[in-house]
Amino acid sequence: MSQRLSLTQAFVFLLRRDLLLALRNRAEYAMPLLFFVLVITLFPLAIGAEPVLLARIAPGIIWVAALLAAMLSLDSIFRSDFDDGSLEQILLSAHPVAVLVLAKVSAHWLVTGLPLLIVAPLLAEMLGMPSSAQGTLLLTILIGTPILSLIGAIGVALTVGLRKGGIILSLLVLPLYVPVLIFAASAIENAAMGFEVSAQIYMLLAFLFLSISLSPWATAAALRMSAS
Amino acid sequence: MLVVEGPNGCGKTSLLRILTGLRLADGGEILWRGVPIDRLAGDYYEQVAYVGHHDGVKHELSCLENLRLARAMGVPSTQSLDDVLEQVNLYAYGETEVGSLSAGQKRRLALARLLATNSMLWILDEPFTSLDRDSMAMFASLFEQHLEQQGLIVMTSHHDISLPGQSVQRLHLGAQA
Repeated sequence: MSQRLSLTQAFVFLLRRDLLLALRNRAEYAMPLLFFVLVITLFPLAIGAEPVLLARIAPGIIWVAALLAAMLSLDSIFRSDFDDGSLEQILLSAHPVAVLVLAKVSAHWLVTGLPLLIVAPLLAEMLGMPSSAQGTLLLTILIGTPILSLIGAIGVALTVGLRKGGIILSLLVLPLYVPVLIFAASAIENAAMGFEVSAQIYMLLAFLFLSISLSPWATAAALRMSAS
Repeated sequence: MLVVEGPNGCGKTSLLRILTGLRLADGGEILWRGVPIDRLAGDYYEQVAYVGHHDGVKHELSCLENLRLARAMGVPSTQSLDDVLEQVNLYAYGETEVGSLSAGQKRRLALARLLATNSMLWILDEPFTSLDRDSMAMFASLFEQHLEQQGLIVMTSHHDISLPGQSVQRLHLGAQA
C-alpha cells in the first residue's frame, strides 16, 4: 500500500508549485519590485539633487519602500488559492498545515523579497548611501524581508475571506512591521557612521526566529477560521 | 453512500464541510472509527477526499501538475496519473493548462483527484455540476466501483442520476427555519 510523502517532500512540492505559478504569472509578481524601484526613484525627484540629505535619509526611504512593496504583494500568498478552492485542499491535507503554510510563505519571499535584495545595492548607490553601509543594508533586507512575509501571512490569512480586506490588512500588519523598520534603519545608519551594528542585527535575527516559530501556526489557525 | 438532500439553504454544504472539519459544528462532535476527527488530524485527512463547490484546481497549471499536487497532499493511489486521466476522459489534456478547459472538463479534473489518492471517504458537494449526461453516468459508475471496494461516499446532488441503488441511504434535511 502506498504511503503519503514525507513532510519535507510535501514542503518542497508545494514550494515548487508556488514558484511555478509565480513564473507563469510573472507580470503580477513583478509589480512589487517595480513599485519598490519607482518609489525610491521618486524621492530624489521630489527632494532635489541634495546628495547629503538623500544619503542621510536613504535607509529610511529604502526600508519604507520595502514595507510598502511587501504590503502590495501579501494578498497573493493565499488569495488565488482561496478563490479557486485550492486552499480547502491544502487545509484538508494529510500533512501539518503549518508546514505547508511555511512552504507558501517561503515561495512568496523568494518571489517578492529576494528581488528587493538584488536591486537594493543599485538603489542605495543612486541615493548616495556610503559603501560602508551597503553591506548592512543587504543584511537587514536578507533578515527583514522574510519577517515581513511571515507576519504578513497572518494578516492575509485573517482577511482573505473578507471582500474588502485590503485596508484591514494594512491596519493589522503595518504596526507589526514597525520594530523591523526601526532596527533595520537604525543598523544601516549606525553602519554609515562607522558604529557597531550587531545589536540591531541580533534583534532582527531574534524577530526572524520568533516569526518562523510562531507565524506558520498562527497563519494555519487563521486560515481555518477564514475557510469556515 | 449517503446522499444528503434538501432545499437550498437547508445546510447540506454546511453539513459536508463540518464532516471534513473545514467548518466547526455549533455542538456535538464528528467521530471517525470512534475518535473525534480533530484529534486524528492528518490520520483522518489521509482517508478523506473532498470536492466542494469550487473545483480546487489551479488554472495556470496543467491537468497532470494539478493531480501531482493532489497526490502530494494525500496518500497517492497505486494508479498512474495517466490512467486516472484516462478514466475521466481527460488523457489527451494531460499537459494542457486547466484555464483553457471547459467548465465540465475542470469538474472532471476535480473529481479525478478522488482517483489520484487512496482515500476511503469521498465527500462530494454537488459533484455533477457542469457535467453532461455521459460524464454523470461515468462518475456514477466510478462511485459504484469505490463502494464495491469498501469505500464510503457522502454527497449532495440535485441531479437525477441513477446511483448504485442498494448502497444508497438518503438523509433529507428540512427547510431553513
